[in-house]
Amino acid sequence: MNTKTQTKPEIASKQKIHISGAEAVVRCLLEEGADLIYGYPGGAIMPVYDELYKYQDKINHVLTRHEQGATHAAQGFARATGKVGVAIATSGPGATNLITGIADAQIDSTPMVCITGQVASHLLGSDAFQETDIVGISTPVTKWNYQITKASEIPEIFAKAFYLAKSGRPGPVLIDITKDAQFETFDFEYEKCSSVRSYKAKPEVSLEDVKSAASLINRAKKPMIVFGQGVILGQAEEEFRAFIEKADIPSAWTILGLSALPTDHELNVGMVGMHGNYAPNVLTNECDLLIAVGMRFDDRVTGDLSRYAKQAKIIHFEIDPAEIDKNVKADVAVLGDVKESLAQILPLINENKHDQWLEEFTKLEAIEFEKVKKEDLYPTKDGLTMGEVLKEINIASGGDAIIVSDVGQHQMFACRYAKFNKTKSNITSGGLGTMGFALPAAIGAKMGMPEREVVMIAGDGGYQMTIQELGTILQNKTAVKIVVLNNEFLGMVRQWQQLFFDKRYASTEMTNPDFVAIAKGYSIDAKRVTKREELASTVKEMMESKEAYFLEVCVEKENNVFPMIETGASVSDIRLE
Amino acid sequence: MENKQTYTVSIYTENNVGLLNRISGIFLRRHINIESMNISKSEIKSVSRFTLLVKVTESQIKKIIGQVEKQVEVIKAYYHTDENTVYQESCLFKLSSNLLTENDEIQTIINSSKSRVININKDFFVLEKSGAKEEIEELYHTLDQHGIMQFVRSGRIAITKDEMKISTLLSINN
Ligand SMILES: Cc1ncc(C[n+]2csc(CCOP(=O)(O)OP(=O)(O)O)c2C)c(N)n1
Repeated sequence: MNTKTQTKPEIASKQKIHISGAEAVVRCLLEEGADLIYGYPGGAIMPVYDELYKYQDKINHVLTRHEQGATHAAQGFARATGKVGVAIATSGPGATNLITGIADAQIDSTPMVCITGQVASHLLGSDAFQETDIVGISTPVTKWNYQITKASEIPEIFAKAFYLAKSGRPGPVLIDITKDAQFETFDFEYEKCSSVRSYKAKPEVSLEDVKSAASLINRAKKPMIVFGQGVILGQAEEEFRAFIEKADIPSAWTILGLSALPTDHELNVGMVGMHGNYAPNVLTNECDLLIAVGMRFDDRVTGDLSRYAKQAKIIHFEIDPAEIDKNVKADVAVLGDVKESLAQILPLINENKHDQWLEEFTKLEAIEFEKVKKEDLYPTKDGLTMGEVLKEINIASGGDAIIVSDVGQHQMFACRYAKFNKTKSNITSGGLGTMGFALPAAIGAKMGMPEREVVMIAGDGGYQMTIQELGTILQNKTAVKIVVLNNEFLGMVRQWQQLFFDKRYASTEMTNPDFVAIAKGYSIDAKRVTKREELASTVKEMMESKEAYFLEVCVEKENNVFPMIETGASVSDIRLE
Repeated sequence: MENKQTYTVSIYTENNVGLLNRISGIFLRRHINIESMNISKSEIKSVSRFTLLVKVTESQIKKIIGQVEKQVEVIKAYYHTDENTVYQESCLFKLSSNLLTENDEIQTIINSSKSRVININKDFFVLEKSGAKEEIEELYHTLDQHGIMQFVRSGRIAITKDEMKISTLLSINN
């Protein structure tokens, strides 16, 4: 296997113990500090579950109501804590139900280890009951995967899995274990993995590249930064802040970069991309230097590539060499962990002031406020807006909450308007755009960070994709705050139908159940708000509750999210109405 | 528009199962047809070498190599144009043994094409030929006139003219 292990003295002195593969799985999890995990049992993983029963004082296994819920909960846990999330499932349908969450974790670089049971090795390839080639199925959406057929492989494979999931650019790893390997006994010994021969977790930062970047930065008159999740994954928030403050560079964020820099920071100029803010999108095509930090120029960010920042020199700080020049050609690529590269560049950049340039952002921001934000946040019409709900949540939370959003219009409103003081506070499905992500992810986030307030925001569509996880909340008394913005539509799709398909609302209207009654059925405190007068007080009541709380806000049915960059349009063609 | 051309891709990997799936998936996602593929041992113990042939643009191949190298078990990947490699394909022809006795021309063809007979019995004989694709094709056309009973050709294998510092790379990584 060619993995190198780090031999900690206390581990090295450990005695070998003779145990089953199933017990070894549990012990591996404990060795890796994974004491809060999510899953769903079944025939092919029963030996492991039997051991989890034995070890329940050491490992808290949370039974979700669907395996997809287990992966999203593991993701929410990982995103909020920075640790590796773990999800377990049985073979066949249990394993395939994990796939959406794995694909989501892969594209959003979330560290996760998934464990699936598999039929006994003598049955492999025979279409046995609940046999599915989960290693084959998950290959395109995992950072690494492996099928264990012998108990003795368990320690090394688990050590490698955790190391790969969390190191470098993180990602999901899947381990499939045949049932006979779970029963088989062997001499167990555990050593953590510290390197894999063919794998380089992160490139070393080249001082030469850092110098070239610094010289471009020092010469730029109108520099601008777009930062992504790399800042959060690299735990580089402080280095990043020091860097932008010294050089005085306006900084915009991608949806996954959100919360790495406090919303109120004077250099925070908002979100880029399809529903991002007016100023950073338009000025992308006016800056003379675009500095990308831990972001990957996703097509939702860049719009038409042939009209994206063509006038600007580009510096790309990035951990993954495959991202360099993938979509946008960099003039200087600084490979490596941004925590290291930003620390290295700090002494080489000049203290600077770009007041005039910042003024341009402020001017465009004022236009956006007049044309869009004012009506979103302080509506003059009767119907409730998604924006004002966010505003009330900000007031009640003071910007200290973790906001977990689902996918749709409400997601864009949440990202545009939620206020964040702390990092790792915006949890959403960015790359895959998975409806149904929010409820289980919020459960994972709350369990991982019980001392923090976790507010989930979903639409009436996405909420119903994983609504069964209310059962997980009931069983575990997880104090998440659930906000459903009900417009009785698959709102985001309806918006596109309105704008680009002549208002032909094909299959986007929703007849919804009594959400409040459903929540109450799960013993969750619940309220429905239909009038503006009730909004602030109910949001406050929700935030002050020490328990789970469900809030349905009936919002205007046909509101749209603006600004908007149409597919194929340039960032500077961003529409305000 | 950038021109497409034939590239030989050499990928050094750990000798583990499942990698073929991962690597071919990268080409599949981009709708790139792999023209030929060969997987074998390399000069380094426990390290395998994939040699594949694709027709793409240079910017495409660069991005693909990046994605390939990103796979955990891939040690290093390279791409080369035909000018920078020494390459061969190998093929086998099954022909009727009557040709050897009844047709004088066949011996001349065998000699001039630098192919060799590797198996012979009363019904058929097997001719082996290694060389560039064009040479093999030429021989195919010549023999086709006499009736080919079976034909099979291997993927390209190639050695690069530049050094590939895999051993150094492995010792640094370790
Ligand atoms: C699993 C999945 N299926 C379909 C989609 C396509 N999609 C994107 S947004 C959206 C509508 C979301 O509606 P809703 O959850 O009610 O939220 P709203 O847009 O109204 O805020 C749909 C169907 C998706 N992103 N994910």
